[in-house]
Amino acid sequence: MALRALVGVKRVVDYAVRVRVKPDKTGVVTDGVKHSMNPFDEIAVEEAVRLKEKKIVSEIVAVSCGPTQSQETLRTALAMGVDKAVHVEVTGPEYNNLQPIHVAKILAKLATEQKADLVIVGKQAIDDDCNQTAQMTAAFLDWPQAVFASKIEKEGDGLTVTREIDGGLETIKVKLPAVISADLRLNEPRYATLPNIMKAKKKPLEKKTPKDLGVDVSPRIEVVSVEDPPTREAGAKVEDVDQLIEKLKKLGRI
Amino acid sequence: NGTLVIAEHDNTALRSITLNAVGAASKIGNEVTVLVAGKDCAKAAEQASKIDGVKRVLLADNAALEGFLAERLTPVILASQKQFSFTHIIAGATAFGKGLLPRVAAKLDVSPVSDVIGIKDAETFVRTIYAGNAIQTLKSKDPIKIISVRGTSFEAVAVGSNSAPQEKAPDSDLASDKSEFVKQEIVKSDRPELTSAKTVISGGRGMKNGENFKILYALADKLGAAVGASRAAVDAGFCSNDLQVGQTGKIVAPELYIAIGISGAIQHLAGMKDSKTIVAINKDPEAPIFQVADIGLVADLFKAVPEMTQKL
Repeated sequence: MALRALVGVKRVVDYAVRVRVKPDKTGVVTDGVKHSMNPFDEIAVEEAVRLKEKKIVSEIVAVSCGPTQSQETLRTALAMGVDKAVHVEVTGPEYNNLQPIHVAKILAKLATEQKADLVIVGKQAIDDDCNQTAQMTAAFLDWPQAVFASKIEKEGDGLTVTREIDGGLETIKVKLPAVISADLRLNEPRYATLPNIMKAKKKPLEKKTPKDLGVDVSPRIEVVSVEDPPTREAGAKVEDVDQLIEKLKKLGRI
Repeated sequence: NGTLVIAEHDNTALRSITLNAVGAASKIGNEVTVLVAGKDCAKAAEQASKIDGVKRVLLADNAALEGFLAERLTPVILASQKQFSFTHIIAGATAFGKGLLPRVAAKLDVSPVSDVIGIKDAETFVRTIYAGNAIQTLKSKDPIKIISVRGTSFEAVAVGSNSAPQEKAPDSDLASDKSEFVKQEIVKSDRPELTSAKTVISGGRGMKNGENFKILYALADKLGAAVGASRAAVDAGFCSNDLQVGQTGKIVAPELYIAIGISGAIQHLAGMKDSKTIVAINKDPEAPIFQVADIGLVADLFKAVPEMTQKL
Protein backbone atom coordinates (compact mmCIF):
# COMPACT_ATOMS: atom_id res chain seq x y z
CA MET A 1 0.00 0.00 0.00
CA ALA A 2 1.47 3.31 -1.04
CA LEU A 3 2.06 5.90 1.61
CA ARG A 4 0.82 9.44 2.04
CA ALA A 5 3.60 11.92 2.75
CA LEU A 6 3.51 15.32 4.40
CA VAL A 7 6.49 17.63 3.91
CA GLY A 8 7.19 20.83 5.83
CA VAL A 9 8.73 23.73 3.91
CA LYS A 10 9.90 26.97 5.47
CA ARG A 11 10.45 30.27 3.69
CA VAL A 12 13.76 31.71 4.90
CA VAL A 13 16.25 34.42 3.97
CA ASP A 14 18.23 32.99 1.04
CA TYR A 15 21.41 31.23 2.12
CA ALA A 16 23.58 33.49 -0.02
CA VAL A 17 22.34 36.71 1.59
CA ARG A 18 24.61 38.36 4.13
CA VAL A 19 22.16 39.06 6.95
CA ARG A 20 22.24 42.35 8.83
CA VAL A 21 21.14 42.93 12.38
CA LYS A 22 18.49 45.65 12.83
CA PRO A 23 19.79 48.81 14.56
CA ASP A 24 17.20 48.40 17.35
CA LYS A 25 18.55 44.87 18.02
CA THR A 26 15.13 43.21 17.75
CA GLY A 27 16.07 40.89 14.92
CA VAL A 28 17.64 40.81 11.47
CA VAL A 29 16.57 42.79 8.42
CA THR A 30 14.18 40.70 6.32
CA ASP A 31 12.29 43.39 4.36
CA GLY A 32 13.40 43.63 0.75
CA VAL A 33 15.74 40.66 1.19
CA LYS A 34 15.71 37.64 -1.13
CA HIS A 35 13.95 34.64 0.39
CA SER A 36 13.84 31.01 -0.73
CA MET A 37 12.91 27.57 0.51
CA ASN A 38 15.04 26.39 3.43
CA PRO A 39 17.75 24.25 1.73
CA PHE A 40 17.21 21.26 4.05
CA ASP A 41 13.47 21.38 3.26
CA GLU A 42 14.30 21.24 -0.46
CA ILE A 43 16.06 17.96 0.30
CA ALA A 44 12.95 16.78 2.18
CA VAL A 45 10.70 17.64 -0.79
CA GLU A 46 13.10 15.95 -3.22
CA GLU A 47 13.09 12.77 -1.12
CA ALA A 48 9.30 12.68 -1.03
CA VAL A 49 9.15 13.16 -4.80
CA ARG A 50 11.70 10.35 -5.35
CA LEU A 51 9.67 8.05 -3.07
CA LYS A 52 6.64 8.88 -5.20
CA GLU A 53 8.59 8.11 -8.38
CA LYS A 54 9.47 4.73 -6.82
CA LYS A 55 5.72 4.21 -6.13
CA ILE A 56 6.40 4.00 -2.38
CA VAL A 57 4.47 7.24 -1.85
CA SER A 58 1.11 7.90 -3.53
CA GLU A 59 0.49 11.53 -2.65
CA ILE A 60 2.57 14.38 -1.25
CA VAL A 61 1.16 17.32 0.68
CA ALA A 62 3.42 20.30 1.44
CA VAL A 63 2.81 22.61 4.41
CA SER A 64 4.25 26.02 5.14
CA CYS A 65 3.52 28.20 8.16
CA GLY A 66 4.02 31.93 7.74
CA PRO A 67 2.87 35.10 5.99
CA THR A 68 1.25 35.25 2.51
CA GLN A 69 4.67 35.00 0.83
CA SER A 70 5.00 31.44 2.16
CA GLN A 71 2.72 30.52 -0.75
CA GLU A 72 5.67 31.21 -3.10
CA THR A 73 7.65 28.56 -1.24
CA LEU A 74 4.71 26.17 -1.52
CA ARG A 75 4.51 26.84 -5.30
CA THR A 76 8.19 25.88 -5.56
CA ALA A 77 7.42 22.62 -3.75
CA LEU A 78 4.47 22.01 -6.09
CA ALA A 79 6.72 22.66 -9.09
CA MET A 80 9.19 20.09 -7.76
CA GLY A 81 6.46 17.43 -7.77
CA VAL A 82 4.35 17.89 -4.66
CA ASP A 83 0.63 17.23 -5.32
CA LYS A 84 -1.10 19.75 -3.08
CA ALA A 85 -0.27 22.42 -0.56
CA VAL A 86 -1.57 23.78 2.73
CA HIS A 87 -0.68 27.31 3.76
CA VAL A 88 -1.09 27.89 7.49
CA GLU A 89 -1.19 31.66 7.73
CA VAL A 90 0.72 33.21 10.62
CA THR A 91 1.58 36.92 10.38
CA GLY A 92 2.95 39.90 12.29
CA PRO A 93 4.13 39.52 15.88
CA GLU A 94 2.78 35.97 15.99
CA TYR A 95 5.06 35.04 13.10
CA ASN A 96 8.05 36.72 14.77
CA ASN A 97 7.61 34.43 17.77
CA LEU A 98 6.64 31.30 15.84
CA GLN A 99 8.90 28.45 16.94
CA PRO A 100 9.40 24.77 16.15
CA ILE A 101 7.07 23.81 19.03
CA HIS A 102 4.21 25.66 17.29
CA VAL A 103 5.08 24.37 13.82
CA ALA A 104 5.41 20.82 15.15
CA LYS A 105 1.93 21.03 16.70
CA ILE A 106 0.55 22.31 13.38
CA LEU A 107 2.32 19.54 11.42
CA ALA A 108 1.09 16.90 13.87
CA LYS A 109 -2.52 18.08 13.48
CA LEU A 110 -2.24 18.18 9.69
CA ALA A 111 -0.55 14.76 9.56
CA THR A 112 -3.59 13.34 11.34
CA GLU A 113 -6.06 15.33 9.22
CA GLN A 114 -4.36 14.34 5.95
CA LYS A 115 -3.96 10.71 7.09
CA ALA A 116 -0.21 10.90 6.45
CA ASP A 117 2.00 7.85 7.03
CA LEU A 118 5.22 9.77 6.69
CA VAL A 119 6.29 13.30 7.62
CA ILE A 120 9.55 14.60 6.13
CA VAL A 121 11.14 17.94 7.05
CA GLY A 122 14.63 19.43 6.79
CA LYS A 123 16.84 18.79 9.81
CA GLN A 124 17.03 22.50 10.59
CA ALA A 125 16.07 25.88 9.17
CA ILE A 126 18.98 28.11 8.24
CA ASP A 127 17.45 31.15 9.94
CA ASP A 128 16.80 30.10 13.55
CA ASP A 129 19.07 27.02 13.34
CA CYS A 130 16.86 25.21 15.86
CA ASN A 131 16.91 21.61 14.61
CA GLN A 132 13.77 20.62 16.55
CA THR A 133 10.71 20.38 14.32
CA ALA A 134 10.97 16.70 13.26
CA GLN A 135 11.71 15.45 16.76
CA MET A 136 8.84 17.45 18.28
CA THR A 137 6.36 16.48 15.55
CA ALA A 138 7.22 12.82 16.18
CA ALA A 139 6.71 13.29 19.92
CA PHE A 140 3.33 15.02 19.52
CA LEU A 141 2.16 12.18 17.26
CA ASP A 142 3.91 9.54 19.37
CA TRP A 143 5.53 8.27 16.18
CA PRO A 144 9.14 7.09 15.84
CA GLN A 145 11.72 9.56 14.55
CA ALA A 146 14.59 9.07 12.12
CA VAL A 147 16.51 12.32 12.23
CA PHE A 148 19.53 13.51 10.19
CA ALA A 149 18.74 10.92 7.50
CA SER A 150 21.20 10.33 4.68
CA LYS A 151 19.49 7.26 3.20
CA ILE A 152 15.92 5.94 3.35
CA GLU A 153 14.84 2.47 2.23
CA LYS A 154 11.43 0.82 2.44
CA GLU A 155 11.67 -2.57 4.06
CA GLY A 156 8.60 -4.65 4.90
CA ASP A 157 6.14 -2.46 6.75
CA GLY A 158 8.78 0.00 7.92
CA LEU A 159 11.77 2.03 6.85
CA THR A 160 15.47 1.43 7.24
CA VAL A 161 17.18 4.76 7.69
CA THR A 162 20.88 5.65 7.70
CA ARG A 163 21.55 8.62 9.98
CA GLU A 164 24.44 11.06 10.17
CA ILE A 165 25.86 10.95 13.69
CA ASP A 166 29.05 12.34 15.22
CA GLY A 167 31.96 10.36 13.89
CA GLY A 168 30.09 8.26 11.35
CA LEU A 169 26.78 6.71 10.41
CA GLU A 170 24.03 4.86 12.24
CA THR A 171 21.36 2.57 10.86
CA ILE A 172 17.96 2.26 12.51
CA LYS A 173 14.60 0.77 11.57
CA VAL A 174 11.39 2.64 12.18
CA LYS A 175 7.85 1.40 11.89
CA LEU A 176 5.34 3.47 9.96
CA PRO A 177 3.91 5.99 10.51
CA ALA A 178 7.16 7.88 11.15
CA VAL A 179 8.81 11.30 11.03
CA ILE A 180 12.07 11.87 9.15
CA SER A 181 14.43 14.84 9.05
CA ALA A 182 16.64 15.25 5.98
CA ASP A 183 20.38 15.80 6.22
CA LEU A 184 22.66 17.21 3.55
CA ARG A 185 23.68 13.98 1.85
CA LEU A 186 20.21 12.46 1.46
CA ASN A 187 19.92 13.65 -2.14
CA GLU A 188 20.50 16.58 -4.47
CA PRO A 189 17.28 18.49 -5.03
CA ARG A 190 16.11 19.02 -8.61
CA TYR A 191 15.42 22.40 -10.14
CA ALA A 192 11.82 23.08 -11.04
CA THR A 193 11.44 23.27 -14.82
CA LEU A 194 9.41 26.03 -16.46
CA PRO A 195 6.58 23.69 -17.59
CA ASN A 196 6.37 22.33 -14.04
CA ILE A 197 6.33 25.84 -12.59
CA MET A 198 3.38 26.61 -14.91
CA LYS A 199 1.62 23.39 -13.89
CA ALA A 200 2.23 24.15 -10.22
CA LYS A 201 0.07 27.26 -10.50
CA LYS A 202 -2.95 25.05 -11.11
CA LYS A 203 -2.33 22.62 -8.27
CA PRO A 204 -4.56 22.98 -5.20
CA LEU A 205 -3.42 25.27 -2.36
CA GLU A 206 -5.59 25.32 0.72
CA LYS A 207 -5.46 28.06 3.37
CA LYS A 208 -5.78 27.50 7.09
CA THR A 209 -4.96 29.26 10.36
CA PRO A 210 -3.48 27.82 13.56
CA LYS A 211 -6.87 28.51 15.13
CA ASP A 212 -8.61 26.27 12.55
CA LEU A 213 -6.27 23.51 13.72
CA GLY A 214 -6.71 24.31 17.41
CA VAL A 215 -3.05 25.20 17.89
CA ASP A 216 -2.08 27.92 20.36
CA VAL A 217 0.78 29.98 18.90
CA SER A 218 1.35 32.30 21.84
CA PRO A 219 5.08 32.96 22.39
CA ARG A 220 7.15 30.64 24.60
CA ILE A 221 10.22 32.84 24.64
CA GLU A 222 10.98 36.52 24.86
CA VAL A 223 13.77 37.75 22.61
CA VAL A 224 15.94 40.05 24.71
CA SER A 225 18.29 41.14 21.92
CA VAL A 226 19.76 40.20 18.57
CA GLU A 227 23.28 41.48 18.03
CA ASP A 228 26.21 41.25 15.66
CA PRO A 229 28.74 38.58 16.52
CA PRO A 230 32.09 39.84 17.82
CA THR A 231 34.32 40.65 14.88
CA ARG A 232 37.65 39.05 14.34
CA GLU A 233 40.53 41.21 13.18
CA ALA A 234 42.45 39.97 10.17
CA GLY A 235 46.06 39.26 11.07
CA ALA A 236 49.18 39.58 9.00
CA LYS A 237 50.19 37.72 5.89
CA VAL A 238 53.50 35.87 5.78
CA GLU A 239 55.73 35.46 2.73
CA ASP A 240 56.57 31.79 2.88
CA VAL A 241 56.32 28.52 4.79
CA ASP A 242 59.42 29.29 6.91
CA GLN A 243 57.87 32.49 8.23
CA LEU A 244 54.61 30.66 8.90
CA ILE A 245 56.35 27.96 10.94
CA GLU A 246 58.39 30.57 12.83
CA LYS A 247 55.27 32.54 13.76
CA LEU A 248 53.41 29.45 14.92
CA LYS A 249 56.37 28.43 17.05
CA LYS A 250 56.51 31.89 18.59
CA LEU A 251 52.79 31.62 19.46
CA GLY A 252 53.45 28.22 20.99
CA ARG A 253 50.90 26.57 18.68
CA ILE A 254 53.30 23.97 17.26
CA ASN B 1 15.57 23.57 41.97
CA GLY B 2 17.69 20.99 40.23
CA THR B 3 19.40 20.40 36.91
CA LEU B 4 19.48 17.10 35.08
CA VAL B 5 22.40 16.55 32.70
CA ILE B 6 21.91 13.75 30.18
CA ALA B 7 25.29 12.03 29.87
CA GLU B 8 26.57 11.13 26.44
CA HIS B 9 28.74 8.04 26.51
CA ASP B 10 29.57 4.77 24.77
CA ASN B 11 28.59 2.66 27.83
CA THR B 12 32.19 2.33 29.00
CA ALA B 13 33.31 5.97 29.01
CA LEU B 14 31.75 9.41 29.01
CA ARG B 15 32.15 11.54 25.90
CA SER B 16 33.97 14.78 26.65
CA ILE B 17 30.86 16.83 25.76
CA THR B 18 29.26 15.51 28.97
CA LEU B 19 31.87 17.41 31.00
CA ASN B 20 31.11 20.61 29.06
CA ALA B 21 27.40 20.06 29.72
CA VAL B 22 28.07 19.73 33.46
CA GLY B 23 30.15 22.92 33.14
CA ALA B 24 27.10 24.66 31.66
CA ALA B 25 24.88 23.21 34.41
CA SER B 26 27.18 24.58 37.10
CA LYS B 27 26.59 28.08 35.67
CA ILE B 28 22.91 27.79 36.50
CA GLY B 29 23.77 27.10 40.12
CA ASN B 30 21.33 24.29 40.90
CA GLU B 31 22.13 20.91 42.32
CA VAL B 32 23.37 18.77 39.41
CA THR B 33 22.14 15.24 38.72
CA VAL B 34 23.65 13.22 35.86
CA LEU B 35 21.61 10.55 34.09
CA VAL B 36 23.58 7.69 32.57
CA ALA B 37 21.28 5.55 30.43
CA GLY B 38 22.40 2.72 28.19
CA LYS B 39 23.14 -0.97 27.96
CA ASP B 40 25.89 -2.28 30.28
CA CYS B 41 26.81 1.28 31.15
CA ALA B 42 27.95 0.82 34.78
CA LYS B 43 31.49 1.96 33.89
CA ALA B 44 30.26 5.21 32.38
CA ALA B 45 28.15 5.77 35.51
CA GLU B 46 31.18 5.18 37.73
CA GLN B 47 33.03 7.86 35.81
CA ALA B 48 30.03 10.22 36.11
CA SER B 49 30.13 9.83 39.92
CA LYS B 50 33.64 11.29 39.87
CA ILE B 51 32.73 14.48 37.99
CA ASP B 52 33.35 17.50 40.19
CA GLY B 53 30.23 19.16 41.54
CA VAL B 54 27.80 16.34 40.69
CA LYS B 55 25.29 15.62 43.47
CA ARG B 56 23.93 12.27 42.29
CA VAL B 57 24.05 9.90 39.36
CA LEU B 58 20.93 8.20 38.05
CA LEU B 59 21.63 4.92 36.32
CA ALA B 60 19.29 3.31 33.79
CA ASP B 61 20.98 0.14 32.60
CA ASN B 62 18.76 -1.87 30.30
CA ALA B 63 19.24 -3.94 27.15
CA ALA B 64 16.40 -1.96 25.55
CA LEU B 65 18.57 1.16 25.69
CA GLU B 66 21.13 -0.22 23.26
CA GLY B 67 21.78 2.33 20.54
CA PHE B 68 20.36 5.19 22.65
CA LEU B 69 17.11 5.47 20.68
CA ALA B 70 15.22 8.68 21.44
CA GLU B 71 11.90 6.79 21.66
CA ARG B 72 13.24 4.73 24.59
CA LEU B 73 15.42 7.32 26.34
CA THR B 74 12.55 9.82 26.47
CA PRO B 75 10.44 7.81 28.97
CA VAL B 76 13.52 7.36 31.20
CA ILE B 77 14.07 11.12 31.28
CA LEU B 78 10.37 11.84 31.82
CA ALA B 79 10.23 9.43 34.76
CA SER B 80 13.34 11.03 36.29
CA GLN B 81 11.85 14.46 35.75
CA LYS B 82 8.65 13.37 37.45
CA GLN B 83 10.48 12.05 40.51
CA PHE B 84 12.90 14.94 41.04
CA SER B 85 11.00 17.90 39.48
CA PHE B 86 14.09 19.25 37.74
CA THR B 87 13.86 22.87 36.62
CA HIS B 88 16.56 22.39 33.95
CA ILE B 89 17.42 19.55 31.60
CA ILE B 90 20.71 19.88 29.71
CA ALA B 91 22.58 17.84 27.10
CA GLY B 92 25.38 18.56 24.66
CA ALA B 93 24.44 20.01 21.28
CA THR B 94 25.62 16.91 19.42
CA ALA B 95 23.75 14.53 17.10
CA PHE B 96 22.75 12.68 20.30
CA GLY B 97 21.55 15.71 22.30
CA LYS B 98 19.91 17.46 19.35
CA GLY B 99 18.05 14.31 18.39
CA LEU B 100 16.82 13.56 21.90
CA LEU B 101 16.02 16.80 23.77
CA PRO B 102 13.29 18.20 21.47
CA ARG B 103 11.40 14.90 21.82
CA VAL B 104 11.58 15.17 25.61
CA ALA B 105 10.60 18.85 25.45
CA ALA B 106 7.52 18.18 23.32
CA LYS B 107 6.33 15.55 25.83
CA LEU B 108 6.61 18.22 28.56
CA ASP B 109 5.09 20.93 26.33
CA VAL B 110 8.27 22.97 26.60
CA SER B 111 9.98 24.93 23.82
CA PRO B 112 13.61 23.77 23.93
CA VAL B 113 16.58 26.08 23.36
CA SER B 114 19.16 24.63 20.97
CA ASP B 115 22.90 25.06 20.75
CA VAL B 116 23.31 27.52 23.62
CA ILE B 117 26.66 29.36 23.73
CA GLY B 118 26.06 31.39 26.91
CA ILE B 119 24.00 31.23 30.11
CA LYS B 120 23.16 34.65 31.59
CA ASP B 121 20.92 33.40 34.36
CA ALA B 122 18.60 30.48 35.07
CA GLU B 123 16.18 31.56 32.31
CA THR B 124 18.24 33.71 29.95
CA PHE B 125 20.30 32.01 27.26
CA VAL B 126 22.51 33.13 24.39
CA ARG B 127 22.62 31.31 21.05
CA THR B 128 23.60 31.94 17.47
CA ILE B 129 21.16 32.30 14.59
CA TYR B 130 21.68 32.65 10.82
CA ALA B 131 24.78 30.44 10.79
CA GLY B 132 26.48 32.51 13.46
CA ASN B 133 25.85 35.82 11.74
CA ALA B 134 23.73 37.07 14.63
CA ILE B 135 23.70 36.41 18.36
CA GLN B 136 20.30 36.03 20.00
CA THR B 137 19.68 36.43 23.72
CA LEU B 138 16.36 35.01 24.86
CA LYS B 139 14.32 34.40 27.98
CA SER B 140 12.50 31.11 28.21
CA LYS B 141 8.99 31.43 29.63
CA ASP B 142 8.48 27.70 30.17
CA PRO B 143 8.51 26.29 33.73
CA ILE B 144 11.17 23.72 32.76
CA LYS B 145 14.17 24.87 30.71
CA ILE B 146 15.43 22.30 28.24
CA ILE B 147 18.67 23.32 26.57
CA SER B 148 21.41 21.80 24.44
CA VAL B 149 24.81 23.42 24.89
CA ARG B 150 27.68 23.88 22.47
CA GLY B 151 30.74 22.10 23.85
CA THR B 152 33.27 24.69 22.74
CA SER B 153 31.44 27.43 24.67
CA PHE B 154 31.61 25.88 28.15
CA GLU B 155 34.65 24.76 30.13
CA ALA B 156 34.82 21.04 30.78
CA VAL B 157 34.46 20.18 34.45
CA ALA B 158 37.23 18.00 35.89
CA VAL B 159 36.73 14.33 36.65
CA GLY B 160 38.31 14.30 40.08
CA SER B 161 37.92 12.77 43.46
CA ASN B 162 34.17 13.27 43.76
CA SER B 163 32.14 10.19 44.55
CA ALA B 164 28.54 11.18 44.01
CA PRO B 165 26.09 8.45 45.06
CA GLN B 166 24.52 6.35 42.34
CA GLU B 167 20.90 5.34 42.34
CA LYS B 168 18.69 3.46 39.95
CA ALA B 169 16.69 5.73 37.66
CA PRO B 170 12.92 5.39 38.23
CA ASP B 171 11.24 2.69 36.16
CA SER B 172 9.72 3.58 32.84
CA ASP B 173 8.09 1.75 29.97
CA LEU B 174 10.85 0.69 27.57
CA ALA B 175 8.75 -1.72 25.55
CA SER B 176 8.39 0.57 22.54
CA ASP B 177 9.02 -1.33 19.31
CA LYS B 178 8.44 1.69 17.10
CA SER B 179 12.13 1.94 16.34
CA GLU B 180 15.01 -0.47 16.42
CA PHE B 181 18.76 0.07 16.54
CA VAL B 182 20.60 -1.82 13.80
CA LYS B 183 24.23 -0.68 13.79
CA GLN B 184 26.72 2.13 14.07
CA GLU B 185 29.65 2.62 11.75
CA ILE B 186 32.06 4.98 13.43
CA VAL B 187 34.99 5.98 11.28
CA LYS B 188 38.00 4.58 13.14
CA SER B 189 40.99 6.81 13.23
CA ASP B 190 44.20 7.22 15.21
CA ARG B 191 43.81 10.97 14.87
CA PRO B 192 42.08 12.98 17.58
CA GLU B 193 38.35 13.62 17.37
CA LEU B 194 37.45 16.71 15.37
CA THR B 195 35.47 18.55 18.04
CA SER B 196 37.97 18.04 20.86
CA ALA B 197 41.30 18.24 18.96
CA LYS B 198 43.82 20.94 19.90
CA THR B 199 44.77 21.38 16.25
CA VAL B 200 42.46 21.02 13.24
CA ILE B 201 43.51 21.07 9.59
CA SER B 202 40.68 21.50 7.09
CA GLY B 203 40.64 21.25 3.32
CA GLY B 204 38.27 22.94 0.91
CA ARG B 205 37.38 22.93 -2.75
CA GLY B 206 40.97 23.99 -3.51
CA MET B 207 42.06 20.42 -2.69
CA LYS B 208 40.62 19.52 -6.14
CA ASN B 209 39.86 15.87 -5.24
CA GLY B 210 39.58 13.40 -2.37
CA GLU B 211 42.90 11.72 -3.19
CA ASN B 212 44.75 14.99 -2.53
CA PHE B 213 43.54 14.97 1.08
CA LYS B 214 46.46 12.63 1.78
CA ILE B 215 48.76 15.65 1.93
CA LEU B 216 46.56 17.05 4.70
CA TYR B 217 46.67 13.73 6.56
CA ALA B 218 50.48 13.77 6.35
CA LEU B 219 50.59 17.24 7.90
CA ALA B 220 47.94 16.28 10.46
CA ASP B 221 50.01 13.29 11.57
CA LYS B 222 53.04 15.53 12.07
CA LEU B 223 51.01 17.94 14.21
CA GLY B 224 48.79 15.41 15.99
CA ALA B 225 45.86 17.17 14.41
CA ALA B 226 42.33 16.21 13.39
CA VAL B 227 41.29 16.65 9.76
CA GLY B 228 38.16 18.52 8.73
CA ALA B 229 36.65 19.84 5.52
CA SER B 230 34.49 22.64 4.22
CA ARG B 231 30.96 21.99 3.00
CA ALA B 232 32.18 22.69 -0.55
CA ALA B 233 34.66 19.81 -0.23
CA VAL B 234 31.96 17.51 1.16
CA ASP B 235 29.47 18.52 -1.55
CA ALA B 236 32.13 17.84 -4.19
CA GLY B 237 32.52 14.33 -2.76
CA PHE B 238 36.14 14.76 -1.59
CA CYS B 239 35.39 13.41 1.86
CA SER B 240 32.58 12.22 4.09
CA ASN B 241 30.07 14.51 5.77
CA ASP B 242 31.25 13.74 9.32
CA LEU B 243 34.38 15.79 8.53
CA GLN B 244 32.35 18.88 7.70
CA VAL B 245 33.19 21.97 9.73
CA GLY B 246 30.53 24.67 9.56
CA GLN B 247 27.11 25.69 10.71
CA THR B 248 25.49 22.54 9.33
CA GLY B 249 28.42 20.35 10.31
CA LYS B 250 30.70 20.40 13.32
CA ILE B 251 31.48 23.49 15.37
CA VAL B 252 35.15 23.50 16.39
CA ALA B 253 37.27 25.88 18.44
CA PRO B 254 40.79 24.41 18.63
CA GLU B 255 43.95 26.25 19.65
CA LEU B 256 45.14 26.11 16.05
CA TYR B 257 42.95 25.90 12.95
CA ILE B 258 44.63 25.63 9.56
CA ALA B 259 42.31 26.28 6.60
CA ILE B 260 43.76 24.96 3.38
CA GLY B 261 42.23 25.75 0.00
CA ILE B 262 39.14 27.08 1.75
CA SER B 263 37.66 30.34 0.47
CA GLY B 264 35.84 31.11 3.73
CA ALA B 265 32.09 30.95 3.04
CA ILE B 266 29.96 32.39 5.86
CA GLN B 267 28.69 28.99 6.84
CA HIS B 268 32.22 27.61 7.18
CA LEU B 269 33.40 30.58 9.26
CA ALA B 270 30.48 29.93 11.62
CA GLY B 271 31.99 26.56 12.43
CA MET B 272 35.54 27.63 13.21
CA LYS B 273 35.84 31.34 13.96
CA ASP B 274 36.18 30.81 17.71
CA SER B 275 39.49 29.00 17.15
CA LYS B 276 42.34 30.68 19.05
CA THR B 277 44.74 30.96 16.11
CA ILE B 278 43.56 30.69 12.52
CA VAL B 279 45.98 30.05 9.66
CA ALA B 280 44.85 30.25 6.03
CA ILE B 281 46.73 28.92 3.04
CA ASN B 282 45.09 29.86 -0.25
CA LYS B 283 46.37 30.95 -3.64
CA ASP B 284 43.68 33.62 -3.98
CA PRO B 285 44.80 36.69 -1.99
CA GLU B 286 41.21 38.00 -2.06
CA ALA B 287 39.69 34.90 -0.41
CA PRO B 288 37.44 35.97 2.51
CA ILE B 289 39.18 33.44 4.78
CA PHE B 290 42.09 35.92 5.04
CA GLN B 291 39.76 38.40 6.76
CA VAL B 292 39.51 36.14 9.80
CA ALA B 293 42.96 34.54 9.65
CA ASP B 294 45.63 35.52 12.17
CA ILE B 295 48.29 34.30 9.79
CA GLY B 296 47.74 34.15 6.04
CA LEU B 297 49.93 32.58 3.39
CA VAL B 298 49.12 33.26 -0.24
CA ALA B 299 50.57 30.19 -1.93
CA ASP B 300 49.88 27.09 -3.97
CA LEU B 301 48.74 24.60 -1.33
CA PHE B 302 50.18 21.69 -3.30
CA LYS B 303 53.64 23.19 -2.75
CA ALA B 304 53.17 24.83 0.66
CA VAL B 305 51.57 21.93 2.54
CA PRO B 306 54.17 19.25 1.69
CA GLU B 307 56.90 21.81 2.39
CA MET B 308 55.41 22.52 5.81
CA THR B 309 55.12 18.79 6.57
CA GLN B 310 58.73 18.27 5.61
CA LYS B 311 60.04 21.18 7.66
CA LEU B 312 58.22 20.34 10.89
